[in-house]
Amino acid sequence: MSARNRELANLILAGLVSTAAFASVTIALEDEVAYGSLVWVAVFAGVYLVAHLIARRTVPHADPALLPLAAVLSAIGLSVIYRLDPDDASRQAVWVVVGLAFFVGTLVWLRFDYRVLERYKYLFGLGAVLLLLLPSVPGLGLEVNGVRLWVEVGPLQFQPGELAKIMLVVFLAGYLRDKREVLAQGRLKDFGPLLAIWGAAMLVLVQTSDLGSALLNFGIFLAMLYAATGRALYVAAGLVLFLGGAAALYNALDRVQQRVTVWLHPWTDDKVYCSLNGLMEYRQNCDSYQLVKSLYSIANGGYGGTGLGQGTFTSVEGTPLIPYLNTDFIYSAIAQELGLIGASAVLLVFMVFVARGMRIALVAQDGFSKLLAVGLTFGFALQTFIIVGGVLRVVPLTGITMPFVSYGGSSIVANFIMLALLLLVSNRAGAAAAERR
Amino acid sequence: MNRQIARVAAAAMLLLVGLVVATTYWQTWARPALAERQDNEIQRVAQFEIERGEITAHGRRLARNRERKVAGRTLYFRRYPQGALTAHVVGYSTQSRSRAGLERSLNDYLTASNQDLSDFVETSLNKLRGKPVQGNNVRLTLDLEAQRVALEQLGDTCGAVAALDPRTGRVKVIASSPSYNPNLVERRFDEIAKIGAACSPAAPLINRATWGLYPPGSTFKVVTASAALDSDRYTPASTFVDPGYCIAYGKRVNNYDTSSPFGTHSLVTALQYSVNSTFCKIGQALGAKRVLEEAKDFGFYEAPPLETPESERRASGLYEDGELYYPKRNSDVDAGRMAFGQERLLVTPLQMAMVAGAIGNAGILMRPYVVDRIVSPAGEIVQKTKKERIRRAVEPTTARDVGEMMVRAVQSGTGTSAQISGVRVGGKTGTAETGIAGRNVTWFIAFAGPEGERPKVAIAVVLENQTSTGGATAAPIARAVMQALLDSTANT
Repeated sequence: MSARNRELANLILAGLVSTAAFASVTIALEDEVAYGSLVWVAVFAGVYLVAHLIARRTVPHADPALLPLAAVLSAIGLSVIYRLDPDDASRQAVWVVVGLAFFVGTLVWLRFDYRVLERYKYLFGLGAVLLLLLPSVPGLGLEVNGVRLWVEVGPLQFQPGELAKIMLVVFLAGYLRDKREVLAQGRLKDFGPLLAIWGAAMLVLVQTSDLGSALLNFGIFLAMLYAATGRALYVAAGLVLFLGGAAALYNALDRVQQRVTVWLHPWTDDKVYCSLNGLMEYRQNCDSYQLVKSLYSIANGGYGGTGLGQGTFTSVEGTPLIPYLNTDFIYSAIAQELGLIGASAVLLVFMVFVARGMRIALVAQDGFSKLLAVGLTFGFALQTFIIVGGVLRVVPLTGITMPFVSYGGSSIVANFIMLALLLLVSNRAGAAAAERR
Repeated sequence: MNRQIARVAAAAMLLLVGLVVATTYWQTWARPALAERQDNEIQRVAQFEIERGEITAHGRRLARNRERKVAGRTLYFRRYPQGALTAHVVGYSTQSRSRAGLERSLNDYLTASNQDLSDFVETSLNKLRGKPVQGNNVRLTLDLEAQRVALEQLGDTCGAVAALDPRTGRVKVIASSPSYNPNLVERRFDEIAKIGAACSPAAPLINRATWGLYPPGSTFKVVTASAALDSDRYTPASTFVDPGYCIAYGKRVNNYDTSSPFGTHSLVTALQYSVNSTFCKIGQALGAKRVLEEAKDFGFYEAPPLETPESERRASGLYEDGELYYPKRNSDVDAGRMAFGQERLLVTPLQMAMVAGAIGNAGILMRPYVVDRIVSPAGEIVQKTKKERIRRAVEPTTARDVGEMMVRAVQSGTGTSAQISGVRVGGKTGTAETGIAGRNVTWFIAFAGPEGERPKVAIAVVLENQTSTGGATAAPIARAVMQALLDSTANT
């Protein structure tokens, strides 16, 4: 079976899973399978089918698993968002369509040779830094929850950080391919780029107060630097620098400080100062309210979960228990309703996605392609780790999205562009292999 | 470069595997501890998804559920249609998981978490079908009409009424005044806090009938008289000379009414007219421990075994510094003063109703119970309370003789205002002086039934902050409640 036929078969499977998920949500919420809601599933499947048909023409030799995996993740995300707030779900559905349009656009635009991107690597690098700093421009940036990650232009809000991440990977792939032999020597002066990027990461951290996006971008850089040079020393030095820098800035950054305190001691037996209302409160009723309620939600899932649509997310009075459940905390909704089995299955989908992405990096022919694939895939894995790990209290909680699953337009669009780039890299290697046969 | 890529891939996978491990930790290992936490609102909501069992008495609902849809799910909220009428027995169950009364002690039954394995399979299936868990229904023995009379009679006075059927132990009345409306506990607790009565603190939430401790006054003479007869050292005809006072530890203890000493009289007369000096002598002759042993046979020194929470019941007996106290030696206690209900004796109304009941029931003490049966949602009986004998408290002849003395006290003694025409009533008054004017605790304990039959009713009435005597204040209330109970038992 050709790669694209396998993709179609996988997509049909993904469609069945999505239909089951959506149907069980509507049954739980409305006691019946609403006919109108099934139209949504059909539209959803149709859009993916169109994406598949375009992929057939543009990337015939690409990996057959990635698009269906993205379909499964976005369907799970949509089902859970629908279950939490149907209005948000229709907006998210529109964003999935827009994201797939970007996916198709990227495929069509770069169908001949995506390596033209390498030529504009410095432009991408500059773009990445500008986008990351955009939210801290007065009048443009928007502070949400004490963190400056958003940009507001008229009625439109978006998180430029999501797009910046991809541009950074493109820049680093081009730059490191150029300089890898030199940097691989590991002389003292070769630490220059490392220090420069570290400086940029610290600047972003100070400007946005967001540990998550700084950690994500710096982590992508370290992974790509290691892949390019094979020097573990860079990774060690980079981690020391990052943690040292973050520790040095710790006292100056209230927001980071608060997040770390919440992470280490979410529950207190005595009342402590509450920064939200200036009174003395138990921390679980104040700064760590969100995290603690989310942990209760996860724990309530147990092995099998409550079932889709059966979880408890509102109080007896009907008010939501966990703020930002749709975006930052969607994993805690998934974990409660699908339980350990379902949440692990979702993480398994992420793992398969990462495995396929890394495989693309392994079989790619040239350095730029390899670095591009490894950077995009590692970024995908690290982003998932930072947000889900934050929800699970493995790392301090930061407000980034769970790829393909969380509610949010910028994230969906950026992830579909990333998917298109991975398929383009994969297609090139696949085509070369087919030629050799 | 592929070796490095493989390592980066391994690192990425390791990160995701870490997430699976962390998820496992929270959903299995840490789960029970998180479920226990007070601020875990999910567990709180879960309580409301259970259709809690109803509590009824003779077909009238005392606690029921009101269904309400909240954010797409059905929740069950508790309502108490009878309001303050049975508040102290039924109690309340609120959203903040605070509970009292049977709502607390029978929570496992009411939420159906008392189930065995086959029930567990059934409820699991229901859960899959999306049906709510249904709790078991509880039927009580209370007589609501008599209960209403008792509360009405108590009015603004602080006090309590406990009444039961001495033949079976079925509790008919548990009234505590002031009472409160359990529907207000949830949101309008300040209105309960504002409840006032002729005592301070009014403490409306306390069940005075089972938790209130009062000096028994002369009602304890029933216990002393029983001890005297059971000891075989006295008979009803034993004679005494009353000087109008009794010497205890070199001090004079006067009779209630010192104006006319009784002179030479029998034990029957002593109980009939409540002669302190005589019981003082009997107590000193028997010794404190002998009298207390008799009291134990009536159930003292143990909280009466009712189904309400243990924390809402207290044992009767001698108290020292707020603790139940049993003397090691006779000389530790002033037996003379104890014998007529002073010293450090403190008793609950339910206990005194049990004393009157055991005398009326030929000396047999029955286990008091307020839960008639527990019925599953399908109508099957989960548990049915059978009448149970605790022990023989006194000899049959003693019960007969002391009972006769109590009947005389009502016929022509201190308790005449408890007379009911055509009914045999035996009673004993009590007036415990606190030494402060207007702060007397007054009592009346009694049994009643048709002539020639075992008494059907035993009762204890206690009133706080009284200026007058038990015969004048408590006996009429006992009369009204007994009348109501006899009327309704006559109909059934």
